[in-house]
Amino acid sequence: MSQLTLGWQSLGRRHVVPGFRLSLGFTIFYLSLIVLIPLAALVARAAGLGLSEIWEILSTPRVVAALRVSFVTSLLAAVFNVPIGVLVAWVLGRYNFYGRRLLDAMVDLPFALPTAVAGISLSALYAENGWVGALFAPFGIKIAYTPLGIWVALVFIGLPFVVRSVQPVLAEVDSELEEAAATLGASRWRTFRRVVAPIILPAILTGFALALARGIGEYGSVIFIAGNIPFVSEIAPLLIVTKLSEFDYAGATVIAVAMLGISFLLLAFINLLQLWTLRRFGHDG
Amino acid sequence: MTVEQPPTAQKFRSPTTEAPVVRLLLIGVAVFCMGLFFVLPMAVVFVEAFARGVWPYLANFVDPEVVASIQLTLLVAAITVPLNALFGISAAWAIAKFSFPGKTLLVTLIDLPFSVSPVVAGLIYVLLYGVNGVFGPWLVAHGIGIIFAVPGIVLATIFVTFPFVARELIPLMQEQGVGDEEAALSLGASGLSTFLHTTLPNIRWALLYGVLLCNARAMGEFGAVSVVSGHLRGLTTTMPLQIEMSYNEYNFVGAFATATLLGALALVTLAIKTLLETRYGDEIAGARRV
Repeated sequence: MSQLTLGWQSLGRRHVVPGFRLSLGFTIFYLSLIVLIPLAALVARAAGLGLSEIWEILSTPRVVAALRVSFVTSLLAAVFNVPIGVLVAWVLGRYNFYGRRLLDAMVDLPFALPTAVAGISLSALYAENGWVGALFAPFGIKIAYTPLGIWVALVFIGLPFVVRSVQPVLAEVDSELEEAAATLGASRWRTFRRVVAPIILPAILTGFALALARGIGEYGSVIFIAGNIPFVSEIAPLLIVTKLSEFDYAGATVIAVAMLGISFLLLAFINLLQLWTLRRFGHDG
Repeated sequence: MTVEQPPTAQKFRSPTTEAPVVRLLLIGVAVFCMGLFFVLPMAVVFVEAFARGVWPYLANFVDPEVVASIQLTLLVAAITVPLNALFGISAAWAIAKFSFPGKTLLVTLIDLPFSVSPVVAGLIYVLLYGVNGVFGPWLVAHGIGIIFAVPGIVLATIFVTFPFVARELIPLMQEQGVGDEEAALSLGASGLSTFLHTTLPNIRWALLYGVLLCNARAMGEFGAVSVVSGHLRGLTTTMPLQIEMSYNEYNFVGAFATATLLGALALVTLAIKTLLETRYGDEIAGARRV
């Protein structure tokens, strides 16, 4: 408590470095105007509906189906991204080969490429007559305009999160640990499983959660390739847009709050994980 | 980490790396995956754009709607990026140079927009400023349009690009502390002069890095803008929305032609980003964070 009072005193204290009130004042004003008040308005609007109406909207089969499609495809994409992401991080961090720097720079492409561009190019690629889609078409596998297409888009969007979470932690793994494992007769695979993997596990989980969170909210890259058939390939963000275009503000609000809730749970999970890592290993995950 | 081996130890392999075959295999799988997921989508944009030759490609950029969408995208970025840069500097200054209660909470709140779906980001402004929104009746009475107009697009873009500059500057300025500024001030420099001549040179590359990422997202944002724009042709369509409209009208060459501009923007952004990381990596603290 005394610390808190001490803290508050600093608000009135004169500092050597100027601009405290101006910078903090502007920061809080801008944050409130752009982020806090609009988000609060959303939550207030949902709260104004009452629990029974919220439940009624959330339990509509179409809403349940959309939330499930979003969650399941994101989960499967994030699960797929873990081994691929760790592999890419490993190759980029451990091996020296021609084009490594180019490959490293390319990992961030999904962060830099506008989602609408990713959306139309992925659906062109994975359509039945597309470069990749045509390879699967003879086997009767349709990728674009099915839930499989959503999964492809979410793999694209989520991969950098895993790579970029794992890469710095992998670089810090003490080589002496691996040497010790080798002198004790462990194979490389065993060393990876028993020595390296436990160290990078928190980073893997962080990347997984970030990819999952991003996947659930993703819109632009998905809607072009999804097909958008209600109950089959309609994602939750698209249902919000649909509800809005039908002037069903209550429906849109409730789905939005449900999605916010899911992201905050994931965010809380990531923060707990980082705290745990800090305690256990003494470094940031 | 390659260690020179004496000639007699040619066959000796470091115990902390894999057999050459395994290494090649792993590199092969990584390159294959990256090619499949990242190179092909990039390549297909350019191939589809020129599918009918150069003239249809160029004709797309004479279309007044496309020209208007390019202008609007540039306008939105020109408003959004400086505002978020100013906010980022201001927030980093307050957080890094002073101690006050609630700082951790403030840092968390600044990152909040990254965990909100773009569609939800658009929705919150519709609920506030839309016709049926909190301020809707007042705005209608005074003839001010925010939703389905340019101000709404700007607001939604500011929201989704909100943390970019701040999150690059905060860790860096925290690392740098207040030593340099105190030295400048004690030598008689004014507050403004201290900022311009001491702080700004210290943070310039990180600032540029943040602005670069902020700009790329501002020009490419789709979901949030799509909710507030109303898709009014030539008036409230940014380039990503123009791509969507061309695509939905089966004008694939047009859609991919407009997309080449944004694709090129992404490639240039990645190139400058990589350059900044290689050359000024030490001066960009947040460079390796997701």
